[in-house]
Amino acid sequence: MALNQIMFILFSAMIIVFSILTVTTRRILRAAVFLLFVLVSTSGLYFMLNYQFLAAVQLTLYAGGIVVLIIFSILLTSHISQKFESPGIKKVIFSALAAFAGAILSIITILDYQFSATAEAAKAIDMKLIGRSLLSVEHDGYVLPFEVISVLLLAAMIAAIVVAKKAGPNKSELPTIKQE
Amino acid sequence: MNYGIPIQYFLVLATIMFFAGVYGFLTRRNLITILMSVELILNSVNINFLAFNRYLYPHQLEGMFFSLFVIAVAASEAAVAIAIIINIYRRFTTINVEDVDEMKF
Repeated sequence: MALNQIMFILFSAMIIVFSILTVTTRRILRAAVFLLFVLVSTSGLYFMLNYQFLAAVQLTLYAGGIVVLIIFSILLTSHISQKFESPGIKKVIFSALAAFAGAILSIITILDYQFSATAEAAKAIDMKLIGRSLLSVEHDGYVLPFEVISVLLLAAMIAAIVVAKKAGPNKSELPTIKQE
Repeated sequence: MNYGIPIQYFLVLATIMFFAGVYGFLTRRNLITILMSVELILNSVNINFLAFNRYLYPHQLEGMFFSLFVIAVAASEAAVAIAIIINIYRRFTTINVEDVDEMKF
């Protein structure tokens, strides 16, 4: 068995086990740590697929940013040793049934479909190419989604500040933007 | 490249991860764990995009840029969602979805 197959099995086993643990564990901080493991092994898969830039983005943004944000908000909002009461047995059964049915349907469809690759040669991806395509208005350019996403990020930043800001003198009211 | 690993393996892996996220989304009651399930779902979609891009259309970059934008959307979504969650906690001192029902009829 080649080394990359062994690595793939390792990463996929980690992803499957920890993603199921993330949604079933009853301690919230552990769920966050399991989510971190899932995201790190996903970035390993990206490295295997030769997308080094995206793997680095995944590591810094997801594993470094979002998980830290989630852990901070967990520490702010709930007790560390607090355990959830398990959801009702009926809810678990029906949710598991829905998830299983969907998963089996999708897996059967995937295994049934004949994927056909194009014969064209693979493109080497380096940082220069990524940067040029992000800012290009040519055929393979992505400048419009890039601008849209930058506006979205600005809006999200302002929204997060406005929403999470402490209320004014009247503490019971939600914070609102002052009108001129 | 990835000799010996068919594309179906990646897709099945992403499917399992996606439906684990769906299961968590349906059973959890804490807002932060629901957010974590959504992150799982988005992440599995990213794996799909990249596998398709690498195996079927290696001369293009669509899948890579799409997952780059998905990551950016997920990051901004997490920031806004956590701001809202902290605000809800300040108001109701709980983030259990079943106890936060003041805006319902």
